[in-house]
Amino acid sequence: MTIRLDRAGMRIRRNWLVRDVSMVVRPNRITALVGPNGSGKSTVLRLLAGLWQPSEGRVLVDGSDMASLGRRDLARQVAFVPQNPRIDVPFTVRHVVSMGRHPHLGRFESAGPRDLEVVESALARVDVLHLAERRVNELSGGEFQRVVVARSLATEADVILLDEPTSNLDLDHSLETLELLRRLAEDGKAVAAALHDLNAVARWADHATLMHRGRLRAHGPVGQVLADEQLVPVFDVDIERLQTSHGVPDLVFHRRIHRSGESSRAERGRDADENRLPG
Amino acid sequence: MSRALDSLAAFARSRAAPLYFLSAAAALAVAAVAGVALGSTEIGWESVLRTVFSKFLPEGWIDLGGVTEAERVIIWQIRMPRVIVGGLAGCGLAVAGTQVQAVFRNPLAEPSVIGSSQGAALGAVTAFVTELATRSALWLPLFAFSGALIALFTVYAVASRAGRTPVATLLLAGIALGSLISAATSMLISLNFVNWQVASEIVFWMMGGLDGRTWTHVWISAPLVAIGASVAFWYVRDLDLMLLGEEASASLGVEVEQVKRSVLATAALLTGTAVAVSGVIGFVGLVVPHVIRILLGPAHRALLPASILSGAAFLIGCDILARTVYAPTELRLGVVTALFGAPLFLYLLRRKRMEVAVL
Repeated sequence: MTIRLDRAGMRIRRNWLVRDVSMVVRPNRITALVGPNGSGKSTVLRLLAGLWQPSEGRVLVDGSDMASLGRRDLARQVAFVPQNPRIDVPFTVRHVVSMGRHPHLGRFESAGPRDLEVVESALARVDVLHLAERRVNELSGGEFQRVVVARSLATEADVILLDEPTSNLDLDHSLETLELLRRLAEDGKAVAAALHDLNAVARWADHATLMHRGRLRAHGPVGQVLADEQLVPVFDVDIERLQTSHGVPDLVFHRRIHRSGESSRAERGRDADENRLPG
Repeated sequence: MSRALDSLAAFARSRAAPLYFLSAAAALAVAAVAGVALGSTEIGWESVLRTVFSKFLPEGWIDLGGVTEAERVIIWQIRMPRVIVGGLAGCGLAVAGTQVQAVFRNPLAEPSVIGSSQGAALGAVTAFVTELATRSALWLPLFAFSGALIALFTVYAVASRAGRTPVATLLLAGIALGSLISAATSMLISLNFVNWQVASEIVFWMMGGLDGRTWTHVWISAPLVAIGASVAFWYVRDLDLMLLGEEASASLGVEVEQVKRSVLATAALLTGTAVAVSGVIGFVGLVVPHVIRILLGPAHRALLPASILSGAAFLIGCDILARTVYAPTELRLGVVTALFGAPLFLYLLRRKRMEVAVL
C-alpha cells in the first residue's frame, strides 16, 4: 500500500506548520523523515497517518483520497506509533497489544483464536512475550516502546508510521528497533519514521524526506537526500564523512562559527522565529 | 522466578473479578433488604421479602399473614422507593465518575469537573425559588436535568475549536464554569433567605437525601439511568483505548471526538438524574470507581458493571447509616457519603499509595 502527500499543507489558525509537501511512502521501504526540530516532520507523519486532515492538498491511499476512508478502515491499514507513548495505566502488556485488534473487532465481539494468534506473534516479534502479564506502567522506556510497536503490528496494517521510535532507547534497543523496522520493510510493509540520528538514517533507511521550516527540501533515495549540499544549509553544520566497516560512511558534524562570532544555534533560533510561512 | 510471580499475579487477578462481583451483588442484596427493614419502625427481613415477592408473584402464592397493613405500606410505599432511588442514584453517579475519569485520563476527575453537578444544583434551586418544585414532583427533576446538560454544552462549546476539544481545556472550562454556576446558586439562595421555608428546603436538599422519595422518582430516574448505563457499555472498549491517549486511540480506529461527546453527555445525564432525585451527593462518583480500579484493574469491561453494583450498594448503605446512626434525627445523605467515603478513600490512598497515583 502506498500513501502519497499531494501538495499537502497543514495550518493551525493562521500559522502554517507545513506547506506544499509532496512525498510518497511505499511498501518494502523505510522512508526516514529528517530535519531540525520544528521543521514539520511530526506534522507530515500525522498527515500520513490521517490523524490530521490537511488544510490544503490531498493525502492519497493507493490513489484514492484518505478522507473517504472511515477511521476504522484506516486503522486497519495504517498504524501509528506516537513519540512519547508512555501511559501510567496498569494494563497488562498483553491487553495493550490486543488493543491493536480493535479495528478488526465488532463492538461487542471478543477476540477470537486468530486475533489471539496475531497478538502472540506481535509480542514475539518484538521480543516482549516474556513480559506479557506485566503491567505496562512498570516497564522501562525501552520495553514500553517495544510494546507499542507490538501493538502497531497487531493491527496488521500495511503501513507503519513511527514518530522518533528510538528517542527513548539505549543503543542496544535502538539498534534492535531499527533492525525490526528493516525486517518489516523486507516483509512488504511500508515503514516511515521520523528520525533524528542521520547516521541511523544513512545506514537503515532506503528513502528520506528532508524537511526545513515547514517545507520539503528533498525527497528521494537516502544517498541523495543526505548529500552535503542538502544537509549543510538545513542544519547549518560542516560535515565530515568517515569510512566504516559496514560500508556506509559515518557522518560527523561540526558546528559552524559565523563571521559575526555568534554561534550557529543563535542564528538558527532567529530563523525559527521567522518560521511562519506566508498564509 | 519472576515468570512464576507474574503468572501467580495473573491468576489472582483473573479470580479477583468473579469474587468481587459475587461480593458486590451480595452486598447490594443485603443493603436493599436492610434498607427496607431498618428505620424508625423496625420490620423483620422475612416480612420485607414476603411483601416484596407478593407484588411480583400471583396472588395466594405468598402468605402475608403476620405482616400488618401499616407495615406493608411502610415497606412498599415508603421504603422501597427510597431504596430503589438510592440504588439508581448511586449507580448513576458511579458510572458517570468512571466515564469522566476515563475521558480525562485522571483518577481525580468526577462528574463535577464538567460542571454538570453544579448545573443540576442550579436548576433544582431555580425550581425551588420559583416554587415550581412544590407544584409537581416533575419540575425539580426536569430543572436539575436541564441544568446539568446546559452546563455541559456550555463547557463543551467554550472548550471546542475547529472540531477538536482538548481535554485540558475542557477541564479548565468545566472548573471555571462550575465555580460560576455555584456562585449563581449561592446568590439565588441568599436572595431568597427571607423566605425561611424555601431556604431551609433548599439547604436540606443541597446536602442530599432520599427522604420522601416516591415511586414517581423511581419512574423518572430508572429509564434515564438505564439509558446512561447502556451508552456507557456501548463504548466500553473505546473507554479502555481512550486511556492510551487521544492520538493513539484515534490511530486504532476510535472516533475520539464522537466518543468524548457521547460519553460526557451520558455522564451529565446520569449526574443530572442522580441530583434530580437525591440532591447533591459528593464522593460517590470519585470514590467508587477509584476503589474498584484498585481492586480489579483499569479495564472497563469489569469496571463498569462493578461500578453499577458497588455504587448502588454504597449509596443504599450510606442511606441506612443516615437514618439509623443518629435516630430519630436523620443525617443528610451527602454528609454521610463524605463522612464515610473520605476516610475510606484516605485509608486506601495510604495502603495502596503506589497504585492510586495512577489511573
